[in-house]
Amino acid sequence: MAALVELRDVVKHFPVTRSLGEIVRGAHPAVHALDGVTFDVGDGDAVAIVGESGCGKTTLGRLMLKLVEPTGGAITFAGAPMAGLAGERLRDFRRQAQLVFQNPFDALNPRFTIYRAVVEPLINAGIDKAEHADRVASAFRRVHLADFDRYFDRYPHQLSGGQLQRVVMARALVLGPRFLVADEPVSMLDVSVRAGILALLREVRETMGLTAVYISHDLALVRYLCERTLVMYLGRVVEDAPTEEIVRRPRHPYTQALVAAVPVPDPDQSRQPLPIKGNVPDAREPPSGCSFRDRCPHAMPRCAAETPLLRATADGHRIACHLE
Amino acid sequence: MILEVDNLQIHYSTRDGTARAVDGASFVVPEGRIVGLVGESGCGKTTAVRAIMGVLAENGRQAGGRVVFKGQAMDEATTRRLRWRDIAYVPQSAMSSLDPVYTVGSQLIEVLTKRGGFSRTAARARSVELFDLVGLNERRLADYPHQFSGGMRQRAAIAIALALEPSLLLADEPVTALDVIVQRQILDVLRSLQQRLKVSMVLVTHDISVVAYLCDEVVVMYAGQVVESGPVREVLARPRHPYTMGLRNAFPDLLSDALELVPIGGSPPDLREPLSGCRFVPRCPFAQPACSLDTAMSGNGAHQSACRRDSEADTLRTAALDPRTWQRSSSFAMS
Repeated sequence: MAALVELRDVVKHFPVTRSLGEIVRGAHPAVHALDGVTFDVGDGDAVAIVGESGCGKTTLGRLMLKLVEPTGGAITFAGAPMAGLAGERLRDFRRQAQLVFQNPFDALNPRFTIYRAVVEPLINAGIDKAEHADRVASAFRRVHLADFDRYFDRYPHQLSGGQLQRVVMARALVLGPRFLVADEPVSMLDVSVRAGILALLREVRETMGLTAVYISHDLALVRYLCERTLVMYLGRVVEDAPTEEIVRRPRHPYTQALVAAVPVPDPDQSRQPLPIKGNVPDAREPPSGCSFRDRCPHAMPRCAAETPLLRATADGHRIACHLE
Repeated sequence: MILEVDNLQIHYSTRDGTARAVDGASFVVPEGRIVGLVGESGCGKTTAVRAIMGVLAENGRQAGGRVVFKGQAMDEATTRRLRWRDIAYVPQSAMSSLDPVYTVGSQLIEVLTKRGGFSRTAARARSVELFDLVGLNERRLADYPHQFSGGMRQRAAIAIALALEPSLLLADEPVTALDVIVQRQILDVLRSLQQRLKVSMVLVTHDISVVAYLCDEVVVMYAGQVVESGPVREVLARPRHPYTMGLRNAFPDLLSDALELVPIGGSPPDLREPLSGCRFVPRCPFAQPACSLDTAMSGNGAHQSACRRDSEADTLRTAALDPRTWQRSSSFAMS
């Protein structure tokens, strides 16, 4: 299947405030949010990006939507380099690629009615006003908000979290996008409503033929959404494999730790001690070589000297580890 | 029993009337045990532990029931005397419980000297001990809260709560919003406290997996009431109340073969409205006319539930596994 989004060696550095010493030395410290990320998102696929806070997953999502520009490398969307998009072609891209925000309580302007929130993308995209009402109604139908016209005059604070997240999704879907990036789409919601939103995400993806990238720290959740998962650590992809493989047969030592740490709702689970210690190091000063080496139980001298590259294995994983 | 909560009633006065946030909740904490208090947002779990700690918001008051700690009924004076010394509390956001303008060490020393009567030298030594207990390096005592990661702040908040060697620790969502690996490290700290110091705990959480990992007992709350309680293994393996069954189904499981999560339709009731009978009726796929009558907790032994159809629990549990069972109540119409 052809790729809809291609990332090639994408690098993103964020400059940080310099200390006096750094100014004197002429140093330009930067947070290495992404350090050479390469992967494809196939047309119609659902790909999860998982990792801990600070691993660069949110930055990656924003780059794929051209909300920030990469420091290096290239991203293409439907074959066209994203760096060159401007004018009408950029507006066209904005119609096709949409973001579902993490926190539905913050994603909507509290002063706008629900109708206004959902019609706004149509206004911005210059869609003929005669079409607005029909398109908004069809977006509400897609997210299963029954009696949707009763919502139109309400304000965000009058809705529950689950209803708000449906409105946020209606807003993302109203332009009929091809590509959706959802950043922790259910992490702020109660367990009982989460399941409904996850089912809805799956359904709209199927009925609208969407390509989707879900960003999450929760492996247990992405299992219900994505066939493929990329695991990130400190700005790099360390493992890329079908989600069931990641969950059942994790290969990278970091993925193994991540899977071991996920609690399961079964008191009889085996309580194996965490295979790793310590915390994620400062992204300003990542260790040389493999950035995971100082927490890795299998680290060897080569890991400090040489950065492992992401390589395909015989069983369909891509892994960045010298053990392979 | 180190703690007994008996028919607790907590009311908040709001512009739109009185909200019965906790409406007759009863549960116990056995000595040395970890009890998980679970339920959706707004079910009263945070209010219940704040009431035990005596730190309710200004518009909240205890309208009935009692809290008994080590055999002694608590009133305002005893609560004030026992607070922090015997009963400690780790609030929901560890970020906001630390003062940004003082080093973490000086905040710890202040608790020890002002409340615990330690000399400064003794307090300093005890701080090092406490940091070690929660897995923080003593060098970090000189740091400010903003220099700590989320997990480290949570560890520091636990260290401060433990400063005066309380016998009961109340922790409100101690691992929510933390990454899984950090989450696991904090849960392991809590477990070692239980094992090494025999601290009893009440853990407020919405996460059934956290309960499964750490807790001995579980208390399930819905709309201000306790609907089911008992040993964790029993309650999670064989839930007896339809709400617990629904929660269990809605919860993602990394290892299950089922690739579908089943939502509980609708939302919890408005606690400002007068309510009677089982509060779960509007969302319950098994509700019958008799459910509009109040139902007391019942059951054999430690596993108790408040459901009219408790005798049919085994049949209902099988039906609850079928996603279609829950579809009837899962329209998202506006109430």
